[in-house]
Amino acid sequence: MPATRPLAIGLLLVAVLALVAAPFLAYPVFLMKLLCWALLAASLNLLVGHVGLLSFGHAMFFGSAAYVTAHAVKVWSLDPVLAVMAGSASAAFIGLVGGLLAIRRMGTAFSMITLAIAQLVYFIALRSPFTGGEDGIQDVPRGRLLGLLPLDSDLTMYYVVLVAVCFGFWLIYRTVHSPFGHVLAAIRDSEPRAISLGYRVNQYKLTAYVLSASLAGLAGALKALVFQIATLTDVSWTTSGEALLMVIVGGVNTLAGPLVGAIVVVAMQNYFASFAEVVLMLQGLVFIVVVLVFRRGVVGEWKAWRQRRQAQASGAAT
Amino acid sequence: MNLFDIPPAAIVGQLMVGLINGSFYALLSLGLAIIFGLLHIVNFAHGAQYMLGAFIAWAMLEYLGLGYWWALLIVPLVTACLGMLIERTMLRRLHGLDPVYALLLTFGMALLLEGAFRLKFGATGQPYASPLEGGIRLPFAYLPAYRVWVIAASLVICLTTWWFVERTRFGAYLRAAHENPQLVRTFGIRVPLLLTLTYGLGVGLAGLGGVMAAPIYQVNPLMGSNLIVVVFAVVVIGGMGSIIGAIAAGFGLGVVEGLTRLLAPDYAGIVVFIVMLLVLAFKPAGLFGRGDL
Repeated sequence: MPATRPLAIGLLLVAVLALVAAPFLAYPVFLMKLLCWALLAASLNLLVGHVGLLSFGHAMFFGSAAYVTAHAVKVWSLDPVLAVMAGSASAAFIGLVGGLLAIRRMGTAFSMITLAIAQLVYFIALRSPFTGGEDGIQDVPRGRLLGLLPLDSDLTMYYVVLVAVCFGFWLIYRTVHSPFGHVLAAIRDSEPRAISLGYRVNQYKLTAYVLSASLAGLAGALKALVFQIATLTDVSWTTSGEALLMVIVGGVNTLAGPLVGAIVVVAMQNYFASFAEVVLMLQGLVFIVVVLVFRRGVVGEWKAWRQRRQAQASGAAT
Repeated sequence: MNLFDIPPAAIVGQLMVGLINGSFYALLSLGLAIIFGLLHIVNFAHGAQYMLGAFIAWAMLEYLGLGYWWALLIVPLVTACLGMLIERTMLRRLHGLDPVYALLLTFGMALLLEGAFRLKFGATGQPYASPLEGGIRLPFAYLPAYRVWVIAASLVICLTTWWFVERTRFGAYLRAAHENPQLVRTFGIRVPLLLTLTYGLGVGLAGLGGVMAAPIYQVNPLMGSNLIVVVFAVVVIGGMGSIIGAIAAGFGLGVVEGLTRLLAPDYAGIVVFIVMLLVLAFKPAGLFGRGDL
C-alpha cells in the first residue's frame, strides 16, 4: 500500500526520536519499566495474536529469567550481557519443556495447562533456596556492560534497555513477516488446512512458543537489572494476567499494541500504586470493557478507523 | 520415609484432609466441566464465585442471623441467579466469537470481584463457626462431624449432578445441545435458555462449594484464586468437559495430595501439577477425556 508507507516510516521516526529523548522528559526508571513490560506483552502478542495460542503463564518465563539473571550477576559476578543471555536461555528451556507438553492440547485447554505449569514454576520459586523465597533476590548489582561501561546511571541503563527492547521488537517484526511467520498465521486461521498442506504444525507452534518464551525471558532479565531485584511477583499469575491485559488493551496482532497497552497498564499501576486492590478492580473492569466493547484494542481500532476513512476517500474519488 | 512407620492416626488424618480438599476440587471442577461441556468456555470467575458464595453465607449469619443450613439453601440459588444474569447480559454477546474472549471476560470478573472484596475485607479471613459439633471416635482416629458431613454431601451432590446430566431428559437436552445446537433448536428446544440455565447451574455449584468451605477454611477474599489454579489442573487431568472425570480426578487428587503431605511434605503443593504433566505426557486428552476436546 503506497499511501501508508510514508506514514508508517514517519511514525516510526517519530517513535524512535521520542524514545531517545524520553529520559530527559520523564523518569528513566518508569520508562524502563514501560519498555520491559512492553517487550513481555509483545512476546505474548506473538503467540496470542499471530499463532492463536493464549498462553496464560508468561510470568514463568519473565520471572525465572529475572531470578537466573539476578543470581548470575550477584553470586557468579557474571557480565550483565552474559547474565541476561543466561536468563533468556533458561526461559527458552522452560518454554521448550513446557511447550512440548502444552502444545499437544489446543484452545482453552492450552491456556489452562500453561497456567498450571506456571503455578508449578511459582511453587518451585517459592521453595527453592536460590530464589530467596518471600524476600526474593535483592540488591542485584547492575555491573559493567562487557566489563567497560558501568550501568549504575539510570540514563546509561535506559539506552541499554532501549537497544535490547528494540532488538526484541525487531525480531518479532521479522518473524511475523518471514515465511515462517506466514505459516504460523496459516495455522492460526485453519489448523486442519495447514496440516493437510503438509506442515508439521506442532513443530511450528513449538518454535514460536520457545521464541516467545525467550523474549519474555529477555524482558524479565532486563527487569531484574533495572530494578536490581527479582521477586515472587515476577513469577505470579497476576504478572501473566497483566501481560495479557496489555496485549488486549493495545490490540491483538499489532506491532505497536503491546507498547500502548504497557503504557496504559503501567500508568494505571503507578497512579494507584498505594491501592493494590483498586488496581486489581480496575484491571478487571478494563478486561470486561475491552472484551465487550472494543475487542480490537486501541491500535486495532485506530487501524480500522483509518481503513474505513481510506475506503470512503477512494469511494468518493471514483 | 516408609509408609509402615507412620502411625495409622496420621494416615487417617491426612486421608481425611485429602478427602476434604478433594470434595472441593470435585465440586468446583464439576461446575467447570458442566459449563465447559455446553458453553465451551472456561469459567475463570469460578474461584471468585466460590469465594462470593462463602461471603454471602458469612453475611447472612452476620447481618441477618440466618445460619449455615439456611445459607446452604439460599446461597446456591442467589449465585445461580447472578450467574444467569452474567450469562444473559455479557457472555451471551460473545457467543460465536473465539472462546478466548469469554475466558478473558470471566478472568476480568474474577479480578474485579477479588479486588472489591480485598478492598472491603483486606487479606484476613472472617471466622465462620462450624454448624456441627462433635465427631465420631474411631479406635485409631477422631473424625469431626462437620468434615464427615462435607465429604458425604459433596459426594452426593456430585453423583446427583452426574445422574441429572447423564440420565434425565433435561440432561439429554444438554448433551444433545452440546453435540449439535442447530439440530436441537429445530426440535423446538430453546438452546439459548439452556445455555443460561447451564451457566447458572455451574455458578450455583461454585456458590454451594463456598458455603460448605466457609466453616473449614476461613472466609477470605483470596480463597478462590488460591484454589482455582489447582482446580484447573484437576479438570485437565480428568479430561475437559467430562463430568465423571471431574469427580473422580477431584477426589483422587485430594487423596494423592494428602498422602504426599505425609510422605514428602515439600511436594504437597505441587503434586497435582506434576500429575497433570504426567497425564499430559501419556494421555493428552485427560484420564476420562475424549480426543476431540
